[in-house]
Amino acid sequence: MHHIGTYVLPMPNGETVKKAVYRQLRRARILISNRFMATRLLTSKDGRVAGAIAVNTRTAEFLVLKAKAVILCMGAAGRLGLPTSGYMFGTYENAANSGDGYAMAYHAGAALANLECFQINPLIKDYNGPACAYVAGPFGAYTANNQGSRFIECDYWSGQMMLEFYNELQSGKGPVFLKLNHLHENTISEIEHTLHKVERPTRGLFHEGRNTDYRKEMIEMHISEIGFCSGHSASGVFVDEFARTTVRGLYAAGDMASVPHNYMLGAFTNGSIAGEDAMGFAQENDFAEFDTADVAREKERVLAPTRREDGIPPNQIEYKTRRLVNDYLQPPKVTRKFELGQKRLDEVRDDMNNAMLVQNAHELMRSLEAHSILDCADMAVSASLYRTESRWGLYHLRTDYPEKDNENWFCHTLLRKQDGRMTNEKRAVAPYIVPIADEEKDLYDKQRIRASA
Amino acid sequence: MPLAATHTTVPVVVDDAKCIADKGCTVCVDVCPLDVLRISDLTGKAYMAYDECWYCMPCEADCPTGAVKVNIPYLLR
Repeated sequence: MHHIGTYVLPMPNGETVKKAVYRQLRRARILISNRFMATRLLTSKDGRVAGAIAVNTRTAEFLVLKAKAVILCMGAAGRLGLPTSGYMFGTYENAANSGDGYAMAYHAGAALANLECFQINPLIKDYNGPACAYVAGPFGAYTANNQGSRFIECDYWSGQMMLEFYNELQSGKGPVFLKLNHLHENTISEIEHTLHKVERPTRGLFHEGRNTDYRKEMIEMHISEIGFCSGHSASGVFVDEFARTTVRGLYAAGDMASVPHNYMLGAFTNGSIAGEDAMGFAQENDFAEFDTADVAREKERVLAPTRREDGIPPNQIEYKTRRLVNDYLQPPKVTRKFELGQKRLDEVRDDMNNAMLVQNAHELMRSLEAHSILDCADMAVSASLYRTESRWGLYHLRTDYPEKDNENWFCHTLLRKQDGRMTNEKRAVAPYIVPIADEEKDLYDKQRIRASA
Repeated sequence: MPLAATHTTVPVVVDDAKCIADKGCTVCVDVCPLDVLRISDLTGKAYMAYDECWYCMPCEADCPTGAVKVNIPYLLR
């Protein structure tokens, strides 16, 4: 995918990737244990990773895993905001990805980068899957307003593009649509085949249910709820070029590692790098010692909702958390709203800690996810209040600090747990390995279509 | 904790006539990324136990007898 949308390479055989990976795993006789949900990492006194604690999602059996190195690849925080449909699992990201990796890394003391850069996507309204204007774009399709006109130069996702989407809605020219109906039948068929086969296979079913035909109608889009992601966005657990986090022996790869816009290709590549470095690390180092009291404490935290007679089910804790995220954290970010939001989230945390109730292992899994979701919400608030600047279009937009401020904020932000509290600090941007051409430097500031004679 | 009895629609529907869960098949249950399908003790057939669906299709695609149908959840349809 070219960053400004000049070309895109769809993966026509995307559905074969997972099978190929699985065959390799079987050939190498890697032990795979399913149904164990990791809940917390174990660390030694000197801050090295020592392993992880996991719970079986069917039997609630605990597992304590000792490991010399741990690679986290638990996906994006896709259940942070609530979809406008109100259906909690109608998410853009895989709905099983509830930000557990972010929460685990945070509690282990690892630094997380750029969490104030929210993922906000231009999705098919209600279906909440990608409209894929950037796939259809090279074929001649484009994002249009309610008059069927283009308003942005590039359909590829960026903070700036989303801001123009937002501006278009504010100006009364919404909704925004994906327009294909001006294209030749053969072109539309080709696009339709790619999108319905390679992206999400129920997309065709959705359009069928709505009687939407790409040949006749434009496809209605909307601005999604927020999430954290690095596959298609820019925030996650801080990693260096060897996929190492700030905790020794702990690695992160994929959507949850802060390698902006790395997608599947990046996930595989970084995963591979993580694997190789972790192998080397494990060869050079022995197991680290952890405190068994940490295990006992974690068991108590996990089982607390099973020890009540009455209470609030995890689905209500989750719904309320995510509804509050929508109400208070959805950009444009307003400081006063963030402060109010944090108060409301703190109240839900109280309820979660003191009144959440589960009655089976499935609900237990959901209750643990609710914890991660709330942790991510807190991190979203903390990082957002720290950056007193607007930077990457809608993802960062802060009404109280509406301008870009390179002098003070041309930097990453790192969030981490210190003495049990959330802290933020700046981190300098490393010198670019591939320089940006002068004419590309302000490309994103020129997204809106300009009339030219 | 009260159990509020309200009817609900669920996105995934199983045709009991085609389902062979009673013969030991657990494919749909195994492939669901959200773990929301179960085999009923009463009927011996698969069904959607939790309305937590990502409408992602592995259950329908992998069912060996074509017994599973994924619908778009009512709230989004």
